[in-house]
Formats: sequence, structure tokens, C-alpha cells
Amino acid sequence: MKYIDEYRNKDIVQYFAQQIKKISTKPIRLMEVCGGHTMSIQKFGLPYLLPDTVELVSGPGCPVCVTSREYIDRAVAYSRLEDVIITTYGDLIRVPGSSSTLEREKGKGADIRIVYSILDAMLIAKKNKDKKVVFLGIGFETTAPSSAAGILKASTASLNNFFVYSAHKVMPPAMETLIDEGIQIDGYVGPGHVSTITGQGIYENIPKKYNMGVVISGFEPVDLMQSIHMLVQQFENNDPKVEIQYTRVVKPEGNIVAQQMLDEVFEYRDDWWRGLGILKNSGLKIKQKYEKYDAEKMIAVEVEETIEPKGCICGLILRGEKKPKDCGLFGKVCTPSDPVGACMVSSEGSCHAYYLYNR
Amino acid sequence: MNKTDNILLGHGSGGKLSHELIDNLFTRHFKNPILEQQSDSAILPINSSHIAYTTDSFVVDPIFFPGGNIGTLAIAGTVNDLAVSGSKPLYLSVGFIIEEGFPIIDLEKIVISMAEDAKKAGVKIVTGDTKVVDKGKCDKVFINTSGIGELNEKYINISSGKGIVPGDKIIINGSIGDHGMSVMAARNELNIQTHIESDCACLNHIISDALNVSDKIKFMRDATRGGLGTVISELVSDSNYGILLNEDQLTIHESVRGLCELLGFDPIYVANEGKVVMVVGSEDADMVLSTIKKSPYGKEASIIGEVSESHKGMAWLNTSVGGRRVIEMLSGQQLPRIC
Repeated sequence: MKYIDEYRNKDIVQYFAQQIKKISTKPIRLMEVCGGHTMSIQKFGLPYLLPDTVELVSGPGCPVCVTSREYIDRAVAYSRLEDVIITTYGDLIRVPGSSSTLEREKGKGADIRIVYSILDAMLIAKKNKDKKVVFLGIGFETTAPSSAAGILKASTASLNNFFVYSAHKVMPPAMETLIDEGIQIDGYVGPGHVSTITGQGIYENIPKKYNMGVVISGFEPVDLMQSIHMLVQQFENNDPKVEIQYTRVVKPEGNIVAQQMLDEVFEYRDDWWRGLGILKNSGLKIKQKYEKYDAEKMIAVEVEETIEPKGCICGLILRGEKKPKDCGLFGKVCTPSDPVGACMVSSEGSCHAYYLYNR
Repeated sequence: MNKTDNILLGHGSGGKLSHELIDNLFTRHFKNPILEQQSDSAILPINSSHIAYTTDSFVVDPIFFPGGNIGTLAIAGTVNDLAVSGSKPLYLSVGFIIEEGFPIIDLEKIVISMAEDAKKAGVKIVTGDTKVVDKGKCDKVFINTSGIGELNEKYINISSGKGIVPGDKIIINGSIGDHGMSVMAARNELNIQTHIESDCACLNHIISDALNVSDKIKFMRDATRGGLGTVISELVSDSNYGILLNEDQLTIHESVRGLCELLGFDPIYVANEGKVVMVVGSEDADMVLSTIKKSPYGKEASIIGEVSESHKGMAWLNTSVGGRRVIEMLSGQQLPRIC
């Protein structure tokens, strides 16, 4: 497959594996903060190719995993309303709320539909004028622009039965908070698709303030091995900086049009991240100008009290302090078919990726 | 039972939830030694000989897809379950549950293709049943088939894989993921145009060709729901050997790979309807391979791995870039209804 096979070339992967071995003298701990990276690293078995000095840990890069229980509880409550159709990306339906999941509500008869794009959700709204169609807006700077574009489109098409329930978040506050809280890492494998939108500027603070490198990486094995090599090189030379490995997609300035759409529709708010708590200006809220499309504002519903699960160390795993294997529930009580914590639910979650590929 | 009070789609995925449902509900209440074998066909002793007996239901959406339809799936599924157990498929039953208002012309299309496939496979449809339900009570048409086959005594252990030892080779008769992705692409809501055709096919002839040249075929299973990955992880669980597969040796058509990339699916867990996984003694592996390559359903066959002494109870995949990872059973649902 063109443009993929080139980046899965065994010889090039092996070349980087050898180069990393050659230059790595001191133990280094690198964190990836994108679920796509976590999945790729495990799927291609990359840890098997790295020397003992290089350790990879997974940070809060899976949008489903950092979503609060409270959000799920509210989505479940919406789904129980007679006149509501929930539309969602597939990952979310198994995330446990306090007493139920969207999957279980679907089993009981709620109208919950998996979509691959907000446009599909809008089409459902168009075809079901007598229903309120709620799109669950999950994700970082990668999916937030499409939600913004959807809302803008709905406003020009006067689609009045379409609503977005936003849990969109932005990545930089989380990356800085982790370091502030003393998580032991020596560099970030920077998120490829987030950076496609934002550009590299959002990370410039990290080398300056924390003396730590960020390499924005693609998702194929060659990309990841090269990025790890670049980070090891920076670390060995004590030369931390922001670099782009994923140059075929990421421009230093990012996607200006998408940034403008985000600015038009959303404003920052303090937001709760599973495992990290409340982070300042880390969430995206729909601006008053577009509140007609804001499910939180427009659809009143009674939501049950949120209860956190016992024994789940999702929080510590998301912070990279523990690995999935350190959790007493992992693989026993908590499995992808019956997850306790959100990290086990999404295919991008670190517990799920470890369970599937690295037990 | 599971923590959920209601049946979830994942209970039909062929993965962990399905296994839990089978173990905790069906097998628990229907308990008997034959059922507990949980092989593709039940092996029944009748007087001094044995027959293989199996049943399967089909609820695929859409009912017509490139490379087949719900009826061809029903014939192939049942014939293959009998054949992979080492038996010669002979007789089938067919039950239709039809939604009120379903066009008879579509039903006839399905029935004609079933008759053709049964004829090609050399099996007879000898009994049947029809039920019509109110509009909305089922989705167009559901089919249940059951079948019996004659089992030669020397193949009696094939369905359980009792004779597998380290060093044995794993063979598959071609590419993986075609059926699941063809159905996926045919579903209207995705609005994707591809040329992926289902691999739906009766495998009894290719299997009997292989059995005729070798008595070292120790296990066979058709890799349907849950795909190759699920067959391999089922085989290896609770065993005293490991399995190592090589990603480089798997054939995955470009269009299937492309769609899997797009939708985030792992092709080793995507359904097939014309693929048999064989475990063959290493001394016979090349001969079996060259035999099945002569069949139209085995042209892309390859040896994809082997049984190992190490990693007991685990299945591993050497990835195409030189890494290594575990193959686990599929949990929950990867795809919508595909068979």
C-alpha cells in the first residue's frame, strides 16, 4: 500500500533500532501522549526492538480514557430520553459510567448509533426531524475542528434538532501538568494529528521551562523509531528542543483554517481529566453564539450522582506512573469485554493495547 | 453470568463475550460430554461408527454482498464446519425466518444460489422449515442450517487437535479479512466503494484433497467470526505448547488492508468465510501446501507459522517490521453483523 509500506520497511526500522542501541548510554523514559501512538507501538511490537535503556510509557493520549464518568453519566441520561438519538464514535459506547454504559442502554432499547463522522450524525438529524440528535464530541485538537465545522454547517443549514455534547479537550495543559506533578520522564513523543492542527508552537514551552525534548511523530513504525532516535539523540547531547519528524503532514504553523474554526465556535474552560483532575483552560466549551447547538444548554436532563470505581488505577496509568500490569484488576476483573476503567475500553487506551498485544 | 442484564452485540462477536455466554449459559444448562467438546461439529457415536453434526444461524446485514449472499454463507458455513471436523458433509437442513413483505424474487435469488453451492459441494438439502414474522420482527431474512457428515474413524481427533506437537506447521488456504471487509463496505452507511469480494466458499473438496495426501493433519478450523486471531488463540489456550505466526507470511489483499487501515480494524480479527486453518506435521507440511495450492480456493495458501515448545498457552506474532506481539482473542465487537 503506497505511503504506508514505505513506513513499515523492515530494514529501515532495524536501522533505527541499531542506531538507538548505538547512541543510547543513559536510561531514558519517553512518554507518548497520543492513543494512536500507543496502539501502533504495541501492534508492531516495537518495545521488543528497543534496548533496555529506552523505556516507553503511555500518557493521557486517549481521548475516551480521559473523559470523566460524569460525562458518560450525562450521555446515558440523554439516551434514556424518549425523543433523543445519541450519535457517537464507537469507542465510547463501552466506557463505564457510574451505573451503566451506552452499550447497555442500547441493549435496553435506547437509540444509540455509531457514526464515523459528525456529518453522519447530521444526516441522521436531517432524516429524523421529530427527534433531537445529540453528537458526543470527544477528542483533542484532532476531532474538535470537525465538531466546530459541524456546528458551523448546522447553523448555515438551520438544522435545529442537532446538538453537540462537547468533551473536547486540548493537549498542552496536560503535558505540562504531568511534569509539574513530578512524573519522571525525559521527553515526549509528540502527538502527530493534534500537531497537524496546532503546529509546533504549543510545545515550545516544554524545552524552555522543563529542559525536555518533544518530537512530533507519525504513526508508522519507521516514524516512531525515528522519533525515538531523535529524542535519544537530544537527550544524549543535552539539547532538548521541539522537532517535527512527521514533516509529511505537520507544518510548523499547523492548519490555520481549522484553528480559526475552533476559535469561532469554542472557548476554553477548566476541565476535568480522568487521572489528572481539573486542568486550567484544558477543555473546549461551545461559545454562547452557538449555544443553540449545545446539548448541555438546550437539553435538560436529570443525571445520577457520579461514583468512581474502587481499585482502578487508570489515573496512575494515564500519568505514566504505573503500567497496566501493575494494576490488580488488569486482565482479571478488568478486560476489554468487561472494562472497569476507561483505559481498557478504547482500542487506543493503554490497558487495552497492552491486553491485546503485550500480555 | 456477565454483569449485564441484556444481550449486547458483543455477545455475538465470536470473541470473549460469546464464549462467556456459551460457557455460562448454554453449556451450563445443556450440559453433556459431547457438547462440552465445543468443536465445530459434534462427533456422535452411532453403533460402531461416528457422524459429525453441526448447526449455524445467519443474520448478515446486508443480505447481498459482493461475492455472496446470506444463503451462500449458510451453505458454506455449515459445510465447512462439517469438513473441518474431518467429516464428509452429506445432508443439510435449512430453516428460513422471513420478514413480512420480503420480496419473493430476492428469496428465490438466495435459494437458487444455495442450491448451486450445495450441488457443487456434493451435499443434499433434505429438510427445511419456514416461518414468517410481522414486519419489523426480523431484518428481511434469517437462515438456520444444520448438517451431518460421515466421519472416518482415523479423523476422529481432528476437531479437538489432540495430536498437536511442537514443530507442527500452521497453514491457511489464502488471504484473510476479505469477507468481513466486503460486508463492511457493502453496508450503505459507510458510503465506501471498493472491489473487495467475500471469500465465501465451501471448502470440503480442498479439505478432502489435503486429507487424501497426508495423515498428519492434526487440527482444522474455519476462521470465521473473530478471524484467524481468534482461531489461533482458542487453539493455544490451555495447551502445553505455544504458537508463533509470521506476519510476513500472511496474505492480505491491498483493498482489505486499505479499508482496515481506514476503519482501524486489525485484519487478523476480521471474519473469513472460505478459510481453513490447518495444523500439519512438519514432515507433510510442504506436500499439503502444494496440494491445496492446486485448488481454486487455495491458490494463495501459505505456511504462516508453527507450534512452539516455548510460550506455552500463548500465541505470538512476529510483526513485519521485526517486532513481536501477543495474539489475544477478540474482545467484544469489532464489526457489525457479518455472518
